[in-house]
Amino acid sequence: MKITVQEVGYVAHLARLDMEEDEKETFTSQLNNILQYMEILNGVDTEGVQPMTHAISQSNVFREDEEGKSIGVERALANAPDGDMGFFGVPRIIE
Amino acid sequence: MDYEPVIGLEVHAQLLTKTKIFCGCSTRFGEAPNSNTCPVCLGMPGVLPVLNRKVVEYAMKMALATNCTVNRESTWARKNYFYPDLPKGYQITQFDHPLAEHGYVNIETTEGGKRIGITRIHMEEDAGKSIHDESGGSSFVDLNRAAVPLIEIVSEPDMRSPEEAAQYLRRLHEILVYLEICDGNMEEGSFRCDANISLRPKGEKAFGIRSELKNMNSFNNVQHALEYEIERQRAILERGARVVQETRLWDASRSVTHSMRGKEEAHDYRYFPEPDLVPVVISDDWKDDILKTIPELPLEKRERFVSEYGIPPYDAGVLTASRALADYYEEVARLSGRPKIASNWVMGDVLAHVNETKMEIEEVPIKPAALAELIGVIEDGTISGKIAKEVFEEMWNSGKGPKEIIENQGLVQITDAGELERTVEEVLAAHPQQLDQYRSGKQQLFGFFVGQTMKATGGKANPKIVNELLKKKLSTP
Repeated sequence: MKITVQEVGYVAHLARLDMEEDEKETFTSQLNNILQYMEILNGVDTEGVQPMTHAISQSNVFREDEEGKSIGVERALANAPDGDMGFFGVPRIIE
Repeated sequence: MDYEPVIGLEVHAQLLTKTKIFCGCSTRFGEAPNSNTCPVCLGMPGVLPVLNRKVVEYAMKMALATNCTVNRESTWARKNYFYPDLPKGYQITQFDHPLAEHGYVNIETTEGGKRIGITRIHMEEDAGKSIHDESGGSSFVDLNRAAVPLIEIVSEPDMRSPEEAAQYLRRLHEILVYLEICDGNMEEGSFRCDANISLRPKGEKAFGIRSELKNMNSFNNVQHALEYEIERQRAILERGARVVQETRLWDASRSVTHSMRGKEEAHDYRYFPEPDLVPVVISDDWKDDILKTIPELPLEKRERFVSEYGIPPYDAGVLTASRALADYYEEVARLSGRPKIASNWVMGDVLAHVNETKMEIEEVPIKPAALAELIGVIEDGTISGKIAKEVFEEMWNSGKGPKEIIENQGLVQITDAGELERTVEEVLAAHPQQLDQYRSGKQQLFGFFVGQTMKATGGKANPKIVNELLKKKLSTP
């Protein structure tokens, strides 16, 4: 076993996913299948090979510091379930 | 037991770009909430961030100014956590390949100079701002600040006192402002600082358990929060207990730190490479181009002012507080050829007026050339130092040059001994009673006669000549 039910529960919590116990079991076994497959790849000799962070070998894609159009408060808030005076309303954040 | 504090600082500085780090929204402060937003900085699905070139250049400027090694290749990462002011659910930052590493700045403390190491400088995006409704059950989020570019400057745990920490912060602050890449406004949050602090018995090598301090929005707050935290931790250690590793907030109104308990509990950010952004590769040519744009930094300028102009270190410190002020002074010093006198005028009259009117140095109505000219006419004896103060006022109010004012108002100093002798005689003749008193031994009346003579000439008499004439006249009955 590469990953335990507890670990799946922890990751689910970090991702704010609400999971039933039987779902945790299902995902644990599915994730273990994936991780076991990764274990096969781990067998490849990668001595002297740079880790790859991107699928494309590009670098330095920039935009210039020029102002574009913002979309306006009304459209910014169009999908917000709650809002007031141009702000997004959210459940109170306890300090 | 004697404890030694170990302090490391994390500074976040907002970069003065016109637009955000990954989209073209404006970074202007104080606009209507959520007016500077677009699908990219709102974290809408399917959008792609594109890096603002200026952010890399500004960050590189700071890295080079603080003696860092700029990495040839740096990459982006996602830092995952949930908070309402972070619309994507992750912050785009740099993690295992930051822009720059291994730098340092020198600070001056009461015990002499010290080098404070900089672990790394990396680029990242700021979060939005939330405000809280005191009465109701809601918080409100403004995403104008979301994705405004930041650099985070992480120091080595090299500081051993709150004073050193404050000095280090001031150094970073003045460098950022001199480089014109951050406005340095601590109250508006353009320059923010978190501190890590632990205590260890003096002589011990291993670090103690640290707390992280947040919410200190002035240099003084940083120093006070650290002083408070040293005493708090010392008390815990002295009763044999353990310091809890946690984040604590500084409460400036009560001058205490208190635990943030729970809110930040066990952060596991699950960093991973940001697939939406390609690496930044910095060539030697690009680095050289940026190096050329770095001006003389405040510490070097201060040292040069002392050696080149012969002014005291304190004066050099005042005059290099900003680049504009230093440039102003230097022009007056060069044009007048009298750097010490120039320093007195700039630190005295000019700064007094600037502070009083709360104007910027660039707006001062007396240009350096005009002030240098004023110094010239004092030095060559055309006007007295006292009259010069009046001329300065008039220059400030009217914007006219000193020579024009002196001519129009007939302020030229009277150095004609014959003319002054007549005035002195008139003054003595007009005050026979005082003259008798003086001659019968009341020597302190000498000043009275000087004053009367100056008054009779409207302050234009050369005081040296007046003094000589009076001495002569009063000693010979």
